[in-house]
Amino acid sequence: MALTDAIAAHFNYWIVIILMMTGFYLVIAHPNKINKLIGLTIFQTSVFILYISFAYVRGATAPIIVEGWDDYVNPLPHVLILTAIVVGIATTAVGLALVVRIHRAFGTIDEDEIQPLLTDP
Amino acid sequence: MIAVHLPILQVVLPLIAAPLCVLFRARDLPWAIAAVATWTAFAISGLLLAQVYSVGVISYEIGDWAPPWGIEYRIDALNAFVLLVVSGVSAAVILFGRDSMLAEFGRSREYLFYTAYLLTFCGLLGVTITGDAFNLFVFLEISSLGTYVLIASGNNRRALLASYQYLILGTIGATFIVIGVGFLYAMTGTLNMVDLAGRVQAYGANTTIVVAFTFLVVGASLKLALFPLHLWLPAAYTYAPSMVSAFLAATATKVGLYVLVRFVFTIFGPEFSFVTLSLGLPLAILALVGMFVTSTVAIFQNDVKRMLAFSSVAQIGYMVLGISIHTMLGVAAGLMHLFNHALMKGALFCAVGCIVYRVGSSRLDAFAGAGRRMPWTMAAFCTGGISLIGLPLTAGFVGKWYLVLALIDRGWWPLAVLVVLSSMLAVIYIWRVVEVAYFRDPLPEAGPVEEAPLSLLLPTWALAFANIWFGIETSLNVNGAFAAAESILGGFGS
Repeated sequence: MALTDAIAAHFNYWIVIILMMTGFYLVIAHPNKINKLIGLTIFQTSVFILYISFAYVRGATAPIIVEGWDDYVNPLPHVLILTAIVVGIATTAVGLALVVRIHRAFGTIDEDEIQPLLTDP
Repeated sequence: MIAVHLPILQVVLPLIAAPLCVLFRARDLPWAIAAVATWTAFAISGLLLAQVYSVGVISYEIGDWAPPWGIEYRIDALNAFVLLVVSGVSAAVILFGRDSMLAEFGRSREYLFYTAYLLTFCGLLGVTITGDAFNLFVFLEISSLGTYVLIASGNNRRALLASYQYLILGTIGATFIVIGVGFLYAMTGTLNMVDLAGRVQAYGANTTIVVAFTFLVVGASLKLALFPLHLWLPAAYTYAPSMVSAFLAATATKVGLYVLVRFVFTIFGPEFSFVTLSLGLPLAILALVGMFVTSTVAIFQNDVKRMLAFSSVAQIGYMVLGISIHTMLGVAAGLMHLFNHALMKGALFCAVGCIVYRVGSSRLDAFAGAGRRMPWTMAAFCTGGISLIGLPLTAGFVGKWYLVLALIDRGWWPLAVLVVLSSMLAVIYIWRVVEVAYFRDPLPEAGPVEEAPLSLLLPTWALAFANIWFGIETSLNVNGAFAAAESILGGFGS
């Protein structure tokens, strides 16, 4: 009972950890370069959720002064994560552009297939 | 009046210059824009350093929002010193870049290359100058994204793989930094570094703070290529164009080291980092193992750029070892080596770039006969090499001297012996190049080869000469490093 309570109380963190490890595992283990980028995106997204869930205050409202409300959700992490999302998209874009060029240069995007092609100095 | 705005101009000028390269893409114009922006940034960082030394810490409020709410640019003796190193070496490398890039990259997409260069440059300066932890991450990613493009512009198709690998590892490193910053924000509700420092240090060894510390240290170590997190570096430096290798070797890892130092000393404080968490020991071990392993690997390389890349990882070990001692002498020695190593690797990679320009390859065979046919290039290479080994009258000697002093002063004299021994490994790999260049006949298929043009030689020699200059006239690098160490250590460890 205590364990399920502990999990339920930190439910957002468990989601973050599962997503983060899923993404990280894909990056490390998958030989396909596009799948690696997908893993990287999941990895980054888990951090976005971490920030957003930090900011949440139960029973609070958006940070606009309204009669009858005393608790407000912190807007700053949302803004930070907007920036981080833009950075993440830029990274994915550059990564995908590289994959396109790798495909043109090697004819494949699978690491196990590229390895034997690397005989030139 | 304008002097008040120098901190923001330092970052914004390269940022504005970057799209200008795309707009004005006529012959040589992009390069000229990049060169003017780099030299202006160099001048600004010189002015900022002088200002810091005369009046103390500069705090600049972006958009007039007072810290800790607004983003603050905060320049003390530490980041003013790093700014000067980054912009100074870039100023030499950009001059080197014009003809070198024409030969290796061609003219067709030149403007995009210089756009990426300026963005990287802007990002590196931004990381160094900012006083806001999240802003640091954003600039780090700007510089990284630019770097991926720069590396991928190498001729060999392996450059693409190197760039991709760096993108994966670099993004993981940067994401670790975001996680760390996030935990700090969750605990303290602030992102301003000075504000963070006071609040974080009040917590002591709180679990969340320790986790944040771990993420930040690992993330920064990936960026600065601390052994064994250096795997992205050798391929990236080998297959990038020569100018890019010189630029990155002298700037990117240095800024990574700065990030580590800033987090460990300014935000967490030396007391927490080195006494409560004893970070010194793991750092020292990794630095030492890295020095020996990567120096040994460097000896067996047949491509000189790859050899220098492994040597860079080893040299990063000296800087990290200095930091890990966490005394005034030790931190100053580490920072001094940061300054000196930027000059050495700048000179060495530029000299290799001259060979690539004339012979078309950076393989060891390509150096055969270069001692006679390209005497000035090889002399610059030797000067950089001697400085790398650390012989007296070169900048490299000064840094290693203080490092050995610091180790003895701390009572770690066996490590001092190891530092000297590992320098012997540098003698071996530099000698391999010297032997081929001076004592072996040129390959018959190489054809006639003449000395590199002045446009390449002058910047190369400017860097090589700086190695000698700062080995004799040491007031800037030695006093600068001590001032920087003092600014982050405060009264700790003295």
